[in-house]
Amino acid sequence: MTREYIYHRFERFWHWVQAALIIFLGVTGFEIHGLFTFFGYEQAVQYHEIAAWSFIILIAFAIFWHFTKGEWRQYLPTWKNVRAQAEYYVFGIFRNAPHPTKKTVLSKLNPLQKFVYAGLKALIIPTMVITGLVYMFYRYPQRYEVLSLNIGGLQTVAVLHTIGAFLLVSFFVAHLYLITTGHKVTSNLKAMITGYEEIPDSEVMAAVETVRTGSKETVGETKEVSR
Amino acid sequence: MRRIFLALFILGIFAVMVPTALHKNSSETPPLTMLKEQYAAKTKSSVDHSLFPELKKNFNRPQDVTAACISCHNGRAQEVMHSTHWQWERTEYIAGKGIRSIGKRNILNNFCIGITSNEPSCTRCHAGYGYSDTKAYFSDSLDVDCLACHDNSGTYAKMNEGAGMPDTSVNLSYVAQHVGKPTRANCGTCHFFGGGGNNVKHGDLEEALFDPARDVDVHMATDGMNMQCVDCHTAQKHQMLGKMYSVSSMSRNRVQCETCHGSMPHKDDVLNNHTLKIACQTCHIPEYARVNPTKLFWDWSKAGKLKNGKPFELKDSSGTDVYMSIKGSFKWGKNLKPDYLWFNGTATHYLLGDKFDPSKPLDVNRLLGSYDDPDSKIYPVKIHRAEQIYDTRYDYLIQPKLYSAKKGDGGFWGDFNWERSAEIGMKAVGLPYSGHYGFTETRMYWPINHMVASKEQAVKCNECHTRNDGRLAEVAGFYMPGRDYNPWVERFGFGLMALTLGGVFIHGGVRLALSRKRKRSV
Repeated sequence: MTREYIYHRFERFWHWVQAALIIFLGVTGFEIHGLFTFFGYEQAVQYHEIAAWSFIILIAFAIFWHFTKGEWRQYLPTWKNVRAQAEYYVFGIFRNAPHPTKKTVLSKLNPLQKFVYAGLKALIIPTMVITGLVYMFYRYPQRYEVLSLNIGGLQTVAVLHTIGAFLLVSFFVAHLYLITTGHKVTSNLKAMITGYEEIPDSEVMAAVETVRTGSKETVGETKEVSR
Repeated sequence: MRRIFLALFILGIFAVMVPTALHKNSSETPPLTMLKEQYAAKTKSSVDHSLFPELKKNFNRPQDVTAACISCHNGRAQEVMHSTHWQWERTEYIAGKGIRSIGKRNILNNFCIGITSNEPSCTRCHAGYGYSDTKAYFSDSLDVDCLACHDNSGTYAKMNEGAGMPDTSVNLSYVAQHVGKPTRANCGTCHFFGGGGNNVKHGDLEEALFDPARDVDVHMATDGMNMQCVDCHTAQKHQMLGKMYSVSSMSRNRVQCETCHGSMPHKDDVLNNHTLKIACQTCHIPEYARVNPTKLFWDWSKAGKLKNGKPFELKDSSGTDVYMSIKGSFKWGKNLKPDYLWFNGTATHYLLGDKFDPSKPLDVNRLLGSYDDPDSKIYPVKIHRAEQIYDTRYDYLIQPKLYSAKKGDGGFWGDFNWERSAEIGMKAVGLPYSGHYGFTETRMYWPINHMVASKEQAVKCNECHTRNDGRLAEVAGFYMPGRDYNPWVERFGFGLMALTLGGVFIHGGVRLALSRKRKRSV
């Protein structure tokens, strides 16, 4: 058994605050969308706005952290091992095969995660933030009057914001489930709380190979190992 | 490391400051307390009219009172004669029809229909004496009725069917000695009873406003600001501010809440932003006819039934007329949620002689506007429906003669004969009558402006921002959060959620099953 330090303190803080904010934004947002009544419309709007600003502040910190620490490179999508990872989820996981990629502090995302998170960070979150800001500011009070952005109504903004929200819900569902796909059902969760992940030695060996060579043959070998 | 912390700290401060700066409420309209101070101070006239010898005499004719008034207030009568209260028409531009002179004098409504050939009865509310027929021409300034508006004694009254003459019971000398600024009682005597009874027409102007409590009207409440009509409907040279879209069509001379309250009266900017597209009245007058019922439907086709050859009336349990032989049957409503529509301050009107399609309801007046029009806002309105008489050959509305001075003069209220009534009325307006009449559905749109509720009673967010039958469910042309959604986006969203959940359950289920099997085999 190896204990590997994966998630920095800020990273964990950021993750959990972001999780709370996204859940809260989701609940208040879908209430504003008219799907249910929970806080009451007026409160939902107020809370949604407060949470939105908190989220934007958090994003500002996170961006700063990503660039000063070079962590943004973690999210550079790569085709390397994508197939192995996909095959793991489709076949290997059922046979209790080892994970094809190993989490380290230098490479904490598997290739599929890289794609999903890059999409999340480069596409969905910016879309949500921008459409959200337009939502807030398409009408804005000036000294003596209320002015309006010339966008002819909320239709487009609202549709984009809603699509983004639905994508985030799906991400959230899948994300919750994928927590359980660590070495043990709880090890991913533990890692995000403590920062350390426990990895059985057998997998360390197999995965280190993958990381080092990263060739197709090795992927084949990984599969061999898994058999 | 320390530098990183410092940078993080500065960034954090910025991240907090920027939104705070953006969110600062920059509204600079006078706060409500200043307005209250301004209107709480009631001015009292320094002149005591009861001391003037000119007024301490017996007046034989009301015109003699006017003469006494203008012997001091010279030129004032001329001002009145230039006002709508006197002329009952004004030059208006009507979209699609051009420049027309319209007003009570020549426009039809779907209550008592029109005044031509009915003058002595309708002109009881004219600000003059002797408007007795179509040809009456008001050139004599002595015919101006100063007292109707300026009586502060509360004893002045106009004669029923007297073409604007005062009632014989009125002590003109006493009234003349007790004059002053118009009060709610002066304006209300006519404006609360338009259409032949209390609250018949407007729905938001009625006798409850003579002495309203604060929960009836925040402005006019006698236990509150006790504002008078003329505090908002201010006048310069007897030209009153404000008009109604039953008889006018242009966006001018309007009384606006914003004049006092500004366009950003709320503490919350989310609410202030609403003012760009939502009229104040829309949220602040949640219901109309809150004290007494207002007429919603008037079926003229049922008029004329007689019992033993005599006209009769039926009242409902609350004492409201539901049938009158002279007028037909009615439907009334109380505590009504208004209808809402886009309105830019202009209206079109049905004008005498306009042909229409009787297979569809006819809009006697229509309020214009749309979301895309920057001048439009959503306004609350009362819609009054009627079945009213029209010429089935010429397809235009009929001006009937209703008022009857004596049996046999052709007035419907005496003779109950639509044929004769239509014939005489149409002759009076100068239009041919084919001899064939029927009844057609007509509608009128009355913006709701009065009986503003206290802010605690204002419409709540979720009364409009809701998917199930909100107040603005019918108002089209724009996307409203909470009410609207794109059905394709919903299908995509819920479909994706279902797929994800399904995938998770299948994948997880198989994993669970296999791991159990493995455990057992171990």
